[in-house]
Amino acid sequence: MKKRIVTATVFNHSGVLNRVTGLFTKRQFNIESITVGHTETEGISKMTFVVSVEDDRQIEQLTKQLNKQIDVLKVSDITDQAIVARELALIKVLSNGQTRAEISGIVEPFRATIIDVSRDSVTVQVTGDTEKVEAMIDLLKPYGIKELTRTGLTAFTRGSQKSVTDLKQYTLLK
Amino acid sequence: MTVKVKADPESRLSGSETLIHALKQEKVDVVFGYPGGAVLPIYDALYQNPIKHVLARHEQGAIHAAEGYARVSGKPGVVIATSGPGATNLITGITDAMMDSLPLVIFTGQVASGVIGTDAFQEADVIGITMPITKHNYQVRKLQDLPRIVKEAFHIATTGRPGPVLVDIPKDVAASIAQVNFNDSIHLPGFQPTTNPNVLQIKKLNEAIESAKKPVILAGAGVLHAKASEQLLAVAVKKKIPVVHTLLGLGGFPADHPLFLGMGGMHGCYAANMSLYECDLLINVGARFDDRLTGNLSTFAPHAKVAHIDIDPAEIGKNVKTHIPIVGDANEALNKLLQEKGSSSMCEEWLDHIQQYKQKYPYWHNEVKEVISPQGLMEMIHTMTEGDSIITTDVGQHQMWAAQYYTFKEPHKWVTSGGLGTMGFGFPASIGAQLARPDKRVISLVGDGGFQMTSQELILLKELNLPIKVVIVNNGSLGMVRQWQETFYEKRYSQSILSVQPDFVKLAESYGIRGYKVSTSEEARTVLSDVLQDDEPALIDCRVSPTENVYPMVAPGTGLHEMIGVKP
Repeated sequence: MKKRIVTATVFNHSGVLNRVTGLFTKRQFNIESITVGHTETEGISKMTFVVSVEDDRQIEQLTKQLNKQIDVLKVSDITDQAIVARELALIKVLSNGQTRAEISGIVEPFRATIIDVSRDSVTVQVTGDTEKVEAMIDLLKPYGIKELTRTGLTAFTRGSQKSVTDLKQYTLLK
Repeated sequence: MTVKVKADPESRLSGSETLIHALKQEKVDVVFGYPGGAVLPIYDALYQNPIKHVLARHEQGAIHAAEGYARVSGKPGVVIATSGPGATNLITGITDAMMDSLPLVIFTGQVASGVIGTDAFQEADVIGITMPITKHNYQVRKLQDLPRIVKEAFHIATTGRPGPVLVDIPKDVAASIAQVNFNDSIHLPGFQPTTNPNVLQIKKLNEAIESAKKPVILAGAGVLHAKASEQLLAVAVKKKIPVVHTLLGLGGFPADHPLFLGMGGMHGCYAANMSLYECDLLINVGARFDDRLTGNLSTFAPHAKVAHIDIDPAEIGKNVKTHIPIVGDANEALNKLLQEKGSSSMCEEWLDHIQQYKQKYPYWHNEVKEVISPQGLMEMIHTMTEGDSIITTDVGQHQMWAAQYYTFKEPHKWVTSGGLGTMGFGFPASIGAQLARPDKRVISLVGDGGFQMTSQELILLKELNLPIKVVIVNNGSLGMVRQWQETFYEKRYSQSILSVQPDFVKLAESYGIRGYKVSTSEEARTVLSDVLQDDEPALIDCRVSPTENVYPMVAPGTGLHEMIGVKP
């Protein structure tokens, strides 16, 4: 199974999310994550899907079927392009006075922030691509994760396609 | 043609009047429907400002009739039903139209806007239910949107790959009154089907034809939707390429032409299937490589380069790997191909080879004296009507026999449920077909099982005096189910034998229609030749051999080259 990032520009009509996810169910496509939000144009929303597919034929079928939806304006599989892709995670980690400073030390190089502190836990907010978020979660796991929520990936192509595409290769802690 | 409309577009109109006005703008000449609570305002407007309305006796009958009308006329079939059960009774027909790409525009009533979502009386989430089975659907939130939505619905249903579009109208919207503007143009940036094919791809196809030694054309219903029969014939003749039809494509190519190989697929003929198996170039024109056509995909056209002309890009490469994809209208693509310079394929040897299959292994069946052979019955009807009638069928054995033996010289005369395989489709579909072509003889071939699913529409033959001849191919069983149980389930005939039957003659008579029962070929011949003379409806219960099976056959899981039951 391969992961692909697909974006769809859609009319913000009622039921459009239902149309799209219904289509995924009908055609047996697996959605890993889905994000939806307004764009710069009123009435137009952007959806970002992370899907796992078996082969190229399946991802081609997925984009073609999405394109057939009347409320879908544009579909792009941007996986192989230069893109910026981000997700946000909120992680509630068990902590006491002793571990709080330690956690803070882990969080800082990730440019993550502690946004809530209580007697027995801290809540960390981390933003980045999927690998970074997962690395953060891994590091926090030993302290005990009480609660975790992720937004799923949102993405679009870079302003210039010639730019360096693999920033993450150079540093995890950018 | 200008349409005279009573309503003055500038005046204030109710939602229902707006709908009727918009339907007249779309040149709708007949609607199929059934009234009910949520569509009372619409039926009231229809009463005062009539469009011909066919009152089916079940919503399923209405929508299948609309499908028959659409299939034969090429125009969209229009259906009206009430909310809740009225709408849910349409589901089978909507799905059938979606699978077989038939243009339908369906209007359903809905409970008033204020109570939507409260489980109100006769409320159903019709938008949610029909989302996966329509090309698109709308719920009208305010009256001012209605003229544009109706325009868009008709445009979407009939443009590109045809399909059903549903418009859900809450009762208060239908009853409200407002100043409406009929000049709003459609706004569908997300729906721009490619009709004009890429010239480079056409050139590639042309080159492939020139170098092919064993080419074959597989022509589907896309040829009929695009009205491309003449172009198909021209291409086949100019390039010397034999033609195979899918079940739904039948009629697109003249069956008596030497280049025609017959129907392909599970119950197709040997020559057609072997040509698909042996070919080195497969040109698919408007077919979707359905599993009933391809058989086992791993052995489908194993030596072929595949070209696929389809107006729906999602069909290309969906089931079969395609080397020359051509997105566009079949008519335009074939026209462009005809304009290309170049010789025909070098395939005399291939044509001879395939002709031999055609001569040696035609459809075949045993003639039994005592009972009517169903295949013989099809041949008899074909001869009597000179292959010129509109034929509607239900689903099952009789459908396959009709496809095999009732061959067509012309398109738009074959009405059958292919993709969904809907029992109960055939008889109501004949009503729509006859309304679309009052000048043509329409014969409804049905099985004794499927007919009982929608037989209540018999009353329409009486009411509208439609000269349809209903021929029940009665084998006292759900024949195709019985055949599969015999072949694959060791003759355990579970729930497939209809030993207790209604008296179909009396049934017809109770609806005011002449009914006949025939048990021998001679009787069948006499009665058929008699009723085919007149313009009155008739029902003929033909008792055919109850043990006859459909052959040849590609058993499930096997390839097209592994047919069983081929003529010895």
